[in-house]
Amino acid sequence: MRDGVVVKGVQFRNHRVMGDILELAARYRDEGADELVFYDITASPDDRTVDRSWVNRVAAVLNIPFCVAGGIRTLEDAETILNLGADKISINTPALENPELIESLARRFGSQCVVVGIDSSAEGSDYFVYQYTGDPNRSQSSQRRTLDWVEEVQDRGAGEIVLNCMNQDGVRKGYDIEQLSTVRALSNVPLIASGGAGEMEHFRDVFEQAHVDGALAATVFHSAAIPIPDLKRYLIHSGVSVRPPATED
Amino acid sequence: MSASPVIIASGGANLASLCFALERLGCNAPVTEDAAVIRAASHVLLPGVGAARDAMQRLEAADLVTIIPQLTQPVLGICLGMQLLFTASDEDDATCLDVIPGRARRFAGGPQLPVPQMGWNELQLRAPSALLNGVADGAYAYFIHSYALPVDSYTCAVTEYGIPFSSVVQRDNFFGTQFHPERSAKVGERILANFLTL
Repeated sequence: MRDGVVVKGVQFRNHRVMGDILELAARYRDEGADELVFYDITASPDDRTVDRSWVNRVAAVLNIPFCVAGGIRTLEDAETILNLGADKISINTPALENPELIESLARRFGSQCVVVGIDSSAEGSDYFVYQYTGDPNRSQSSQRRTLDWVEEVQDRGAGEIVLNCMNQDGVRKGYDIEQLSTVRALSNVPLIASGGAGEMEHFRDVFEQAHVDGALAATVFHSAAIPIPDLKRYLIHSGVSVRPPATED
Repeated sequence: MSASPVIIASGGANLASLCFALERLGCNAPVTEDAAVIRAASHVLLPGVGAARDAMQRLEAADLVTIIPQLTQPVLGICLGMQLLFTASDEDDATCLDVIPGRARRFAGGPQLPVPQMGWNELQLRAPSALLNGVADGAYAYFIHSYALPVDSYTCAVTEYGIPFSSVVQRDNFFGTQFHPERSAKVGERILANFLTL
């Protein structure tokens, strides 16, 4: 999201308007999405206070859990968003700048609502965490090894990790199974795969091979290239345990 | 719906989603600690986010610990609110409302079973309850919890997370869901609608 509308880019560039947020939220609710994540991608790099009133409007129409990410730097930011009806908040760059924020959030609101998003990219034979990824001109390696950071955020009280594999993001060649499997082995909290979904097989593969707890995607759902009910029927048929499409509850 | 439910303020930030879920069913439920308002309500919801002892202290401070067990209208405890209806919880060794016998215990967890359980899981129907009218065996609901109640004679639905635990309970006019009906899509809406028409 940027300025209250839904956008999605390729490798975090060239965002285009993807539609009104409430319409999209209601569509995904009705199609049987299990959870929605709203990334306010401009908020963190621009260092500005953002208008969060949309969170309350989203909460009014959703009957499934949702998470808000972007520009959450303080306990007050998080409290505002949770009070407006979000179930979870997700932090990324602010956690890298101030890792103690994870502990304070977990102590105040409980680990179950504290998600840490990690933008990770392969460099040589290792993986590194990137920061300021909402802005292509500031996006840079944080010099932290992804595997070290995964362990640290769990120790500090993160209740869930969303691992966005940047090499894969928006290019639809499939999730980064190798990286996700490596991180899965270190994760004692739910791990959500992000970046690279293009075909229904990619979802099956990431559940079967990387044993993630959830698979996040934007482009293929926004464009309706993969309808969620079709995807869920396909996964159930493939033996992956998921909640059936809404019409089959 | 003609119900006039209230939500007991038991602490924890996130009551917005429950208020909105009831609004979508046509009910404006005030959030209150006022015993007179609670007694006068047609239906009482006891939500709960956070720790058992904190929530019990909040109820004690509002003089609700003796009031709640005496309520005669339908009462629905949600998540921690359901655990509060039982005798006690291992969480901080908290003494609870003792409307239903039993003690909440922490999940042991494991490599593929992170604690808290966070996510969708299946309801296996065990005993008839008006709360579950129209809910199919195997329906999915959304859970967030670290403690759970064992399966007992008050259990109406069972869910498995390493061990089987009570996901829906009923004793007389007291009901409980370990999951969040306000976040459980159509299944949750059906359960809340069932509750409000009791």
